[in-house]
Amino acid sequence: MAISTAPGTATPPGIMTSSAWAVLVSLVAGAFLFIAIAANAQDAPMAVHSWLFAFAFLAGVMLIGQRHMTVSEALAHNRPLADDGTGYADGVVKAGAIATLFWGVAGFLVGVVIAFQLAFPALNFDTDFLNFGRLRPLHTSAVIFAFGGNALIATSFYVVQRTSRARLAGDIAPWFVFWGYQLFIVIAATGYLMGVTQSKEYAEPEWYADIWLTIVWVVYLLVFLATLAKRKEPHIYVANWFYLAFIVTIAMLHIGNNLAIPETLTSSKSYALFPGVQDALIQWWYGHNAVGFFLTAGFLGMMYYFVPKRAERPVYSYRLSIVHFWSLIFIYIWAGPHHLHFTALPDWAQTLGMTFSIMLWMPSWGGMINGLMTLSGAWDKLRTDPVIRMLVVSVAFYGMSTFEGPVMSIKAVNSLSHYTDWTIGHVHSGALGWVGFISFGAVYCLIPWLWKRERLYSLALVSWHFWIATIGIVLYITAMWVSGILQGLMWRAYDAQGFLEYSFAETVAAMHPFYVIRALGGLLFLAGALIMVYNCWMTIKGRYRESEPLSVPAPARAAAQPAE
Amino acid sequence: MSEKHKDDVTGVETTGHEWDGIRELNNPLPKWWLYTFYVTIVWCFAYWVVMPAWPYLTTEGWTYTKGAIGYEQRAVVANEIAAVHETRAEAMQRIAELPLPEVAADAALMELALGAGKAAFGDNCAPCHGSGAQGFKGFPNLNDDNWIWGGKLDDIHYTITHGIRWEAAPDTRNNIMMAYGRDGLLTRAEISDVAEYVLSLTNRAENAEAASRGEEVFASQCVACHGEGGVGNRELGAPSLNTAVWLYGGERADIIETVSNGRSGTMPAWGGRLNEATIKSLTLFVHSLGGGEDEAAPAMR
Repeated sequence: MAISTAPGTATPPGIMTSSAWAVLVSLVAGAFLFIAIAANAQDAPMAVHSWLFAFAFLAGVMLIGQRHMTVSEALAHNRPLADDGTGYADGVVKAGAIATLFWGVAGFLVGVVIAFQLAFPALNFDTDFLNFGRLRPLHTSAVIFAFGGNALIATSFYVVQRTSRARLAGDIAPWFVFWGYQLFIVIAATGYLMGVTQSKEYAEPEWYADIWLTIVWVVYLLVFLATLAKRKEPHIYVANWFYLAFIVTIAMLHIGNNLAIPETLTSSKSYALFPGVQDALIQWWYGHNAVGFFLTAGFLGMMYYFVPKRAERPVYSYRLSIVHFWSLIFIYIWAGPHHLHFTALPDWAQTLGMTFSIMLWMPSWGGMINGLMTLSGAWDKLRTDPVIRMLVVSVAFYGMSTFEGPVMSIKAVNSLSHYTDWTIGHVHSGALGWVGFISFGAVYCLIPWLWKRERLYSLALVSWHFWIATIGIVLYITAMWVSGILQGLMWRAYDAQGFLEYSFAETVAAMHPFYVIRALGGLLFLAGALIMVYNCWMTIKGRYRESEPLSVPAPARAAAQPAE
Repeated sequence: MSEKHKDDVTGVETTGHEWDGIRELNNPLPKWWLYTFYVTIVWCFAYWVVMPAWPYLTTEGWTYTKGAIGYEQRAVVANEIAAVHETRAEAMQRIAELPLPEVAADAALMELALGAGKAAFGDNCAPCHGSGAQGFKGFPNLNDDNWIWGGKLDDIHYTITHGIRWEAAPDTRNNIMMAYGRDGLLTRAEISDVAEYVLSLTNRAENAEAASRGEEVFASQCVACHGEGGVGNRELGAPSLNTAVWLYGGERADIIETVSNGRSGTMPAWGGRLNEATIKSLTLFVHSLGGGEDEAAPAMR
């Protein structure tokens, strides 16, 4: 991959360098490989996915060719290029912002559907494809990896360029990361619907999808590192530490947890390398750190750029950012066993999982303090700028869920909360409140910056989005708190003679009203996201809502050019 | 880029660096944050001393620090379960040994049996019979006195122990409602007539002529099990047809469906899966739901 260009020299994007040819040849070879697998596939999903891979690779070949022809034609006629390779590479960031919106709506929608399925099981419609068991990983993967992942990749590409004053390394490479990641999402999602799963939570895709993601992720890491390497700033900005920790650790977790042996190379089924409780421990080492490094570290990277940038205030404490970064990174990786309290996992491992979770409390809150205190001197903007309001509330939700997490890791609490909806509520206060809102805030910043608009189409609509989504979150998490605690108490209720007071079916029936409330909360959150899509769409089209004056605070726009 | 720079709003110095217009203040770590962090660390060290915590390698392989109080999760659970069993072991033993009426007559034993029965019902029976034993289509309601195989203690006990049409249990309750239509035993018209007759038993017939034709069919095909006038026969497990209680629905279409295709619902034999004390407790619990019959009750309505 062409990931290094000498500083100062600008090769216009689309020129066929030797590495571009290498990519082209690899894609063609990959397409042939998958056509061969498709011809020998042992099961229908493998055949479908092989064709999908082959088709995607050939589409990649055509994209590279078309890109090249556009550039060479412009050069031949001495026409100016839209992107001559000297400015920031923002095309891929724009694509990422749009993908974030698209997958966000898709993921929220599936979430609403499965929430209603839990309240009204008839909505499973007795079909394989719409069964809760298949739609649930579709929802989690769509929101975490498709929505969250695209938000992270897009913002990291944006932020690393601005804070390094360097164009993104590589020409095809960033686009390969973008499209390769979308291909992974499509393979994963269609796989779930066809029943392909390795039954590991948040790591359901099978071995071939995992290998593909590994390739994409390593290229992502290389692009990020190479961009940092050619930076024009003496120091690496804190946001980039977090992004880098996220990229490196996710690579390690992804590979570790997906070690498996395929049945054959033409089968979609594989078997995990580790047996029994070891597999469970590896899974939750992965699962918890997907929360820690994907949903926390990555989005803290986002927070460290967009909050100070939007508030136009300096970060509160450099020292706190260092201490909480390293303590967070060091401690988080140990906390996974708290997902396996009161299981076959040995006592000592449970103890370590719990204690490291407790020590994680303050390192997590370091990010909250730095985020909130950065607003000091600019609190008035909470009233005037709904985007800031969204960012700040996201940091508040971050603080709330990173306190709730350590509390739930305490074994006495966990014995009540484990396996109940309380966990679902906890996850969603982090996912909807923190990850969702920080991403919304970042996208609301990015859209006008990327498309060079004076401001968003409408700040009033941002306000609507904010309030509708906030009410949705509150409904969601309070319903889950009540139902989770009720569920936990019902499970452990004994009568005077020591017999269980409630049968399992009775505890399920008791959840119904809360499941309805939760689904309504999710519906509101989805409605907010649709408002956002409309607002962003109008902004991209260059429209401004007439009733709102243009002089509404236009936050500092990034300089359009890198250092050169 | 690292010349000194002061933030105008707060008067705090920045680190002097700037990235894309973002600076960082040189604020110290918040004291409360730092001390809380220390406290959590100290607390964890203390916890490690008390509880099983760190693995280490010895010449004999891996082991771990056992902690000062010798806590062992499995032992705690095993002890708790053993303690509960111990408190009621004697009473459960008596329930297993005594005849059912004697258990029912002993208030203390009966209280225990009803508790055990309710819990066992929720875990084992509720999925088919419903949490309130109200039943569903194909799964009888256990709250009423309309019994297919009998509602005395011994009847219920036998049904639970041996199941219904449960192949793995040799003494299972068994009978057959044939598929008169599918197997060509009756014509469509005859089935329609017999359905009309069955409806007439609950005064719902619309066509007296058809019902009287159906009565003849009934007399030749059905009466052997379901009895004269459809009163049912508990010895054979033939449901009564002259009440408002229907296992598979009592509308005309339901009856035609039943006669045409037959019915053969199953219930697992719980003997061997549940212990005798639990089965007896379940028997007493089901008997207590409202439809239980005492020994003097008539076998048929």
